[in-house]
Amino acid sequence: MQHKNWNGFVGGDWQENINVRDFIQANYTEYLGDDSFLAGATKRTSALMKKIEALFALERQFGGVLDIDTATVSSLTAYSPGYIDKDNEIIVGMQTNRPLKRGVNPFGGMRMAKQACEAYGYKLGRKVEEEFRFRTTHNDGVFRAYTDEMRQARKCHVITGLPDAYGRGRIIGDYRRVALYGVDRLIEEKKKDKDALKYGAFDTEHIRQDEELFQQIAFLGYLKEMALMYGFDISEPAKDAKEAIQWTYFGYLGAIKEQNGAAMSLGRVSSFFDIYIERDIKNGTLTEEGAQELFDDFVMKLRIARHLRTPEYNELFGGDPMWITEAVGGMGEDGRALVTKSSFRVLNTLYTLGSSPEPNLTVLWSNALPEGFKNYCAKVSKDTDSIQYENDDIMRPIYGDDYAIACCVSAMKIGKQMQFFGARCNLAKLLLIAINGGYDTTSGMHIGPQMPVLSGDTLDYDEVMKRFDTYIAWLSNLYVNTMNVIHYMHDKYCYEKTQMALHDTDVHRFMAFGIAGLSVVADSLSAIKYAKVGAVRDKNGFITEFNTVGDFPKFGNDDDRVDLIAKDMTHKVITELRKTPTYRNAEHTLSVLTITSNVMYGKNTGATPDGRKASAPFAPGANPMHNREENGALASLNSVAKISYDDCRDGVSNTFSITPEALGKTDDERVSNLVGILDGYFAKKAHHININVLNRETLMKAYENPEAYPNLTIRVSGYAVNFNKLSREQQREVISRTFHEAI
Amino acid sequence: MSKKGAVHSIQSLGTVDGPGIRFVVFLRGCNLRCGCCHNPDTWDMLGGTEYSAEEIVQKAIRYKEYFGSQGGITLSGGEPLLQAEFAKEVFALAKKNGINTCLDTSGSVLNNKVKELLRFTDRVLLDIKYTTDEDYKKYAGCSLSAPLEFLDYLEKQKIPTTIRQVIIPTLNDSEENIKALKSIIQKHKNVDSAELLPFKKICQVKYDNMGIEFPFAHIPEPTHDLMEKLKTML
Repeated sequence: MQHKNWNGFVGGDWQENINVRDFIQANYTEYLGDDSFLAGATKRTSALMKKIEALFALERQFGGVLDIDTATVSSLTAYSPGYIDKDNEIIVGMQTNRPLKRGVNPFGGMRMAKQACEAYGYKLGRKVEEEFRFRTTHNDGVFRAYTDEMRQARKCHVITGLPDAYGRGRIIGDYRRVALYGVDRLIEEKKKDKDALKYGAFDTEHIRQDEELFQQIAFLGYLKEMALMYGFDISEPAKDAKEAIQWTYFGYLGAIKEQNGAAMSLGRVSSFFDIYIERDIKNGTLTEEGAQELFDDFVMKLRIARHLRTPEYNELFGGDPMWITEAVGGMGEDGRALVTKSSFRVLNTLYTLGSSPEPNLTVLWSNALPEGFKNYCAKVSKDTDSIQYENDDIMRPIYGDDYAIACCVSAMKIGKQMQFFGARCNLAKLLLIAINGGYDTTSGMHIGPQMPVLSGDTLDYDEVMKRFDTYIAWLSNLYVNTMNVIHYMHDKYCYEKTQMALHDTDVHRFMAFGIAGLSVVADSLSAIKYAKVGAVRDKNGFITEFNTVGDFPKFGNDDDRVDLIAKDMTHKVITELRKTPTYRNAEHTLSVLTITSNVMYGKNTGATPDGRKASAPFAPGANPMHNREENGALASLNSVAKISYDDCRDGVSNTFSITPEALGKTDDERVSNLVGILDGYFAKKAHHININVLNRETLMKAYENPEAYPNLTIRVSGYAVNFNKLSREQQREVISRTFHEAI
Repeated sequence: MSKKGAVHSIQSLGTVDGPGIRFVVFLRGCNLRCGCCHNPDTWDMLGGTEYSAEEIVQKAIRYKEYFGSQGGITLSGGEPLLQAEFAKEVFALAKKNGINTCLDTSGSVLNNKVKELLRFTDRVLLDIKYTTDEDYKKYAGCSLSAPLEFLDYLEKQKIPTTIRQVIIPTLNDSEENIKALKSIIQKHKNVDSAELLPFKKICQVKYDNMGIEFPFAHIPEPTHDLMEKLKTML
């Protein structure tokens, strides 16, 4: 198959089949140099960004939400076109008809949509409410099927943050397909897939697939309509770089108009765009300045993307994130780096537009990456605290070289794999429930198998472990079944039509479970094993506090005695989870990631044997507990690196904060030392790291005087946030974290 | 079994004590009592943890992936020369395992055991605290000739050396001092780099905890501008 808009591209399988990877491999230009070619912001860019900054300031003044369209249900064609400054925008398209105006999306759940409006002083439109009175939402469906035990687990917070009242997200459409093929070709291929179904047996799976394809095809049609409203016909492939970016963005825009998923990630678009940019530059129709402008304008659009959330939601996922995660770099299977000039350009937006949490720029790090790119990444990290790193050398063998990251740390082949997001269970709380024989001292609820409270004055390690195993097995089974209910209902009532239309029809599914409080559990078990943990009982005999005497090894000091407890714990949990079958035969995966919910998890958990007080925050993700590291930063990294990616295929998040002084004496040294830290950490087979290079004092100043630091961006747990968008409690927790300092 | 070393603490990420990323072991015990000392808690040889050279190097090996082409292990203190035999064992074993070795010292001891140690030392960070014998005796407790002899020996052995000096306002922040330091550096071919470090008072809390007086508590920290000016003179 040929198309005039493909002139100048090297042909291959990608022409005959939907195969973006093949197109990239055949056409991209590896870049091995440094950042000296980059252009700065143009006057146009700076002026437009200034307008956006003013809108951000207004949004802050309005308490975090600038405006809500309460009369319209968000969908692809529901709003008239919106602009920031129509004549000066290069890439167009907005979620609603005005920048930062949020739409309502009740498909996930009506109550949440209503409460979100009310939290910001609005009232959901009567028409919308009427319309949904006769409609089942995802949330309705889930609560029809939840068992009492599932409700209890949710209520006492041993499983929390489940996507049962909002869009599940964590699905990445291959938005590049819109640009490469045009929508007509995509519709044609989906029709072929639908037609081919006639040969099969029409069982439940088959019929569901058939109906889903119908919906996918319909929404590809709406996508075309949506683009037409902005004056673009996206039926055909994009003819140049500007169109390639515009078409791709329309794909993404359609997805975020349709779905309010927790994480709406972008994929891996920079080096794809680079192919078009290189062609235009060769043709003399684009300059470096123009190429940067395209990226700048595109990224500005991503920075103003918003979803309407409730305050309770923000407690879990602080900072109003969208997780527009863009994977940058990585290596190809043929040994060439997937680094192009556009890998630099997308990072350069952190200078041309200033630092920012979105898009969530994620560098796929390999020891084999070109030095010029490694150094540039380290420089950007040091200057902006806005990027995270994930280990391409451990992911590439599993996902190939065209995977991306959904949300924070969830790898998936683009357009070929998706996941059922499952938040996380609170392992530290489970330990306390186990010790108390099925009683949660925080909520006063009886839950799980009912047994006697552990007896004796001091806790015995073997006895605790045996008891804990029983409860892990119980919770794992409950957790899988709960997720099965959620995702059955989400598929039924809130299916991602646009995003799944940009996937292969035959898609591989993951079911992503998570654990919170890993370092609390590891340290607690270590205390029980190596120190003396006395049980303090209340008048009913329940153990509510612990009297820990003596020293014990603590996670974060590269001490195998405790680090292996953490590693074994993840192995145990995933092994138990795998025992219960999943909806649609999804593959069980596990993450150690908490977003900002480590504060909330801690709040709902009693005192633990490691000495942590009741209600005190957990460390985020797989981080060691704050300020328990005694041997410096690398010892802490080594501890986390021991958690096996084979057990935690949905990611192991680590957030690392270091002062500039501790990183080296000069800027050049800081860059090369940061590269050394990343090379070393990932050579240890670690999975993920957030890098913050800053002083605690800066955060304290921002805490006291937020207006003076409107753009202060920090990495928290798999994503970045604007510090000022965190709650006061979340801010205090961030400030209390370990900062590795020079001694 | 060879003798164990008295270790004050271990820092797995050192970026200021030698080139690249370094595993820094702070040894206990010091023969000097510098007024500007920022590690008074390492003076006493007693206390802390005892490690064998084997144990130290086994720990360092866990960080090999981070060292890159420049980094490695640094022995600091305290004064590592007071445990020269142990230090030698650590360095010999480190080198056997392909780890670069760096010694952070005042250069105030030069005996046969120290000379043995230097055979396994890839780089020395040598403190030249003052450039007059009078100041040395008054504020450090040894003679200027000690580090100079040490430096001569390093030159003879062709050991790459970084000269370091802590700039303490009113004591050694004069142009004359920097000139004198420069001439010492120029006289020794093995010296390939020099660092001026600002005197810092953050260690006051350590003195307070130990219940002893911080001798230089009254001296101000040097300004950024002063440091930059002196650096350009060197």
